[in-house]
Amino acid sequence: MLRIQSEHREAMIATAIRALPNEGCGLLVGRSDEVVEVVPSPNVADSARVYEIDPGVLLRTFRHAEVGGLEVIGAFHSHTHSAAHPSPTDVAQAPDPSWHYVLVSLADAATDLRSFRITGGEIVEEVLVFEGEEGHAARRRR
Amino acid sequence: MAAVLRVPTVLRPAMGNNAVLEVEGSTIGEVLARLTETYPTSRVQLLDADGSLHRFLNVYVNDDDVRYLGGLDTPVTDHDEITLLPAVAGGSQ
Repeated sequence: MLRIQSEHREAMIATAIRALPNEGCGLLVGRSDEVVEVVPSPNVADSARVYEIDPGVLLRTFRHAEVGGLEVIGAFHSHTHSAAHPSPTDVAQAPDPSWHYVLVSLADAATDLRSFRITGGEIVEEVLVFEGEEGHAARRRR
Repeated sequence: MAAVLRVPTVLRPAMGNNAVLEVEGSTIGEVLARLTETYPTSRVQLLDADGSLHRFLNVYVNDDDVRYLGGLDTPVTDHDEITLLPAVAGGSQ
């Protein structure tokens, strides 16, 4: 399970839209299964098909989280023309089995946002709970 | 000469489950060579097959990414803080 506030969802979608035509990306800072902060990053891969978090943003975010008693608990990125599901590239490069990997798909008019755990090449979708939006959370739990 | 190496969670199992290590070496290349001698299973996570820095590993000396310094030849001095962070990358491709 990953718990996020509606402002976090909006921040991830806004990052994805701003990055168009490229994939957008960023990091999730928080505690275990709760997002406290979304940190957008430039996509240094500068590509519509791949992404890479800016190494400077990565280091600063780890330090910033540590100072605040938090952790980097995951990452998000967008798929501009495919579903919100990890690709083989995502799986091959998923660095941390304890992380939450959020995918934002802009492929359809209705933006889709999903979260996954990736362990040893196995993809498991997890429940996304949008705090304060019971209706949306319930749809996600289907 | 000793520097401090900060090891991210995901690399700790290959490095004796240490979060922080004191490391020796006058360059990043020397530091990583000694690390892989001590922890042979970490080699695949640190270096590519040709001995270059792993494409998806970020190595920082203090605040600077070594790719913008001298790569493996980046000098390391006493009390420097070296941080390893796997690149966060992927995509729809």
